[in-house]
Amino acid sequence: MMVSYYKRALQDLLDHRYLNAVTIITIALSILIASAFVLFFVNANEIIGSWKEGIRMMVYLKPSVPETVLSELKQQFQDMQTVQSSKFIPKEDALANLRSQMRRQTSVFENLRENPLPDAFEIRLIPSYQNVEKIESFAKKIESNPAVAEVEYGQRWLGQFSNVINLFRLAGYALVGLFCLAALFIVANTSRLILYSRQDEIEVMRLVGATDGFIKAPFYIQGLIQGALGGIVGLIALFIVYSLISSNVGQGFADGILRIRFFSPQLSIGIVFSSMLVGWIGCFLSLKQFLKS
Amino acid sequence: MTEPREKDAIIRIFRVHKRYPGKHALVDITLDISRNDILFINGPSGAGKTTLLKLLYLGEPVSDGQILVDGMNLSRIPKKRIPFLRRKFGIIFQDYKLIPTKSVFENIALVLEASGKKRRLIRKKVKSVLRTVGMEERIDSFPPSLSGGEQQRVAVARAVIGDPKIIIADEPTGNLDVESAGIILDLLTAFHSRGTTLLIATHDKDLVRKTGGRVIHLKEGRLIMDVTNPLRTEAVNPTKN
Ligand SMILES: Nc1ncnc2c1ncn2[C@@H]1O[C@H](COP(=O)(O)OP(=O)(O)OP(=O)(O)O)[C@@H](O)[C@H]1O
Ligand SMILES: [Mg+2]
Repeated sequence: MMVSYYKRALQDLLDHRYLNAVTIITIALSILIASAFVLFFVNANEIIGSWKEGIRMMVYLKPSVPETVLSELKQQFQDMQTVQSSKFIPKEDALANLRSQMRRQTSVFENLRENPLPDAFEIRLIPSYQNVEKIESFAKKIESNPAVAEVEYGQRWLGQFSNVINLFRLAGYALVGLFCLAALFIVANTSRLILYSRQDEIEVMRLVGATDGFIKAPFYIQGLIQGALGGIVGLIALFIVYSLISSNVGQGFADGILRIRFFSPQLSIGIVFSSMLVGWIGCFLSLKQFLKS
Repeated sequence: MTEPREKDAIIRIFRVHKRYPGKHALVDITLDISRNDILFINGPSGAGKTTLLKLLYLGEPVSDGQILVDGMNLSRIPKKRIPFLRRKFGIIFQDYKLIPTKSVFENIALVLEASGKKRRLIRKKVKSVLRTVGMEERIDSFPPSLSGGEQQRVAVARAVIGDPKIIIADEPTGNLDVESAGIILDLLTAFHSRGTTLLIATHDKDLVRKTGGRVIHLKEGRLIMDVTNPLRTEAVNPTKN
């Protein structure tokens, strides 16, 4: 019984290869664009979320700062009300860390005669200290110390662009909605075309006593398969784009201040399921209209 | 004669009218059909034979009047139950209605698949039915590659495979030569002798003469004659009225 449903569904997919390929590509594109936005927000949210735990700042020092200045700086950080904790990271540790993160590209390190990385302090601010301007001026104050080369924190640019991000978010919601709708229409249209091409066959099925459920089942299976394939292809495309971006741009943040991450397996599965849901609803809409007559 | 017939009627048609847009196809038909009867529906082209048969399996809705089929009142049957009404029938359509893109096997198996039968059983049954109609060698052929007579036999196979209570045959010998027509008729009467009610629409009077049975005659949508055993009453000639 079930086997014959799948057989009919696959037969339809094969008989209408071109149509189905176009449908799946459309779904894949929609998923690609929609989930690109979701990915952006997941990462942005994570960074904004870390705000809540207190901001992490990296204070990079100038080369060969004397021991006394180091302990002076450490004391200075500890005395500050806004600093929750501070930790000294010597450049040897930083290099070891980098090595283990980039184990595949060991050749990069082989020719190093000396450590190019600076010593650094890692500072965590108290969680309540969140005002963008105050944090910025705090960073400036530390930067003015002659031993300090640079202060970096991931939220620096994010803070400056928070308005842009909000705008982005709105546009993102609209686009995600729009693309889901587009995918829905395409699926509905495809199954309508296939339905029309099977009109005589469906009529015969009805006359020999087939229930609507029996007639509909293969179409739903098709919709689910289209949705699943579209979702998977879309996610793979997004992953390729993500890999390209994170291997080029992401290296700059390899010190761990800002790491772009891909979807968790759970969220990826969730996205494929949503895509299948779109396929199912698309089928539902066209079947509802078609079998009424 | 009419008394026992009414008591064990598998189909009861009462004051039925059928109107198509701009056409009164059936006018005030009242008719009981007994279980395990052979009923021939005679009449010229356009008389309403196909229409009358369509009403029985709700291929068309009745415009007026009542029809009962095996205890089911067609005017009260919910849409969801219509497939179950149709499973009481095995139908040989005037235009066969075989699915051209499906093999002979798939066409026939469809009936059993639709009623949820197991695959192993389906394969066995389809083979045995095709053997009965002498088409077992064409099991993987597609309908367009078959002759009219062969398609007709496949249609018969599909009609009988679900062990229906009622077999409807609309012009089962319409386009066939005498020999092929004989084969089809023999097949149908064989099923009748196993207890199936047989309804045959035809304008072929030879068919009626060969088997005997009850004959009704339609003309312009009206039932104008109802005779049982026309074999013995050679005088009955339904064409002259
Ligand atoms: N769907 C329809 N819409 C409108 N008129 C129809 C429809 N079906 C049949 N008719 C008309 O109803 C009348 C009866 O048609 P029907 O098909 O029942 O005749 P028939 O006795 O089966 O004829 P034949 O021997 O040619 O098969 C005809 O005049 C036909 O034109
Ligand atoms: Mg007809």
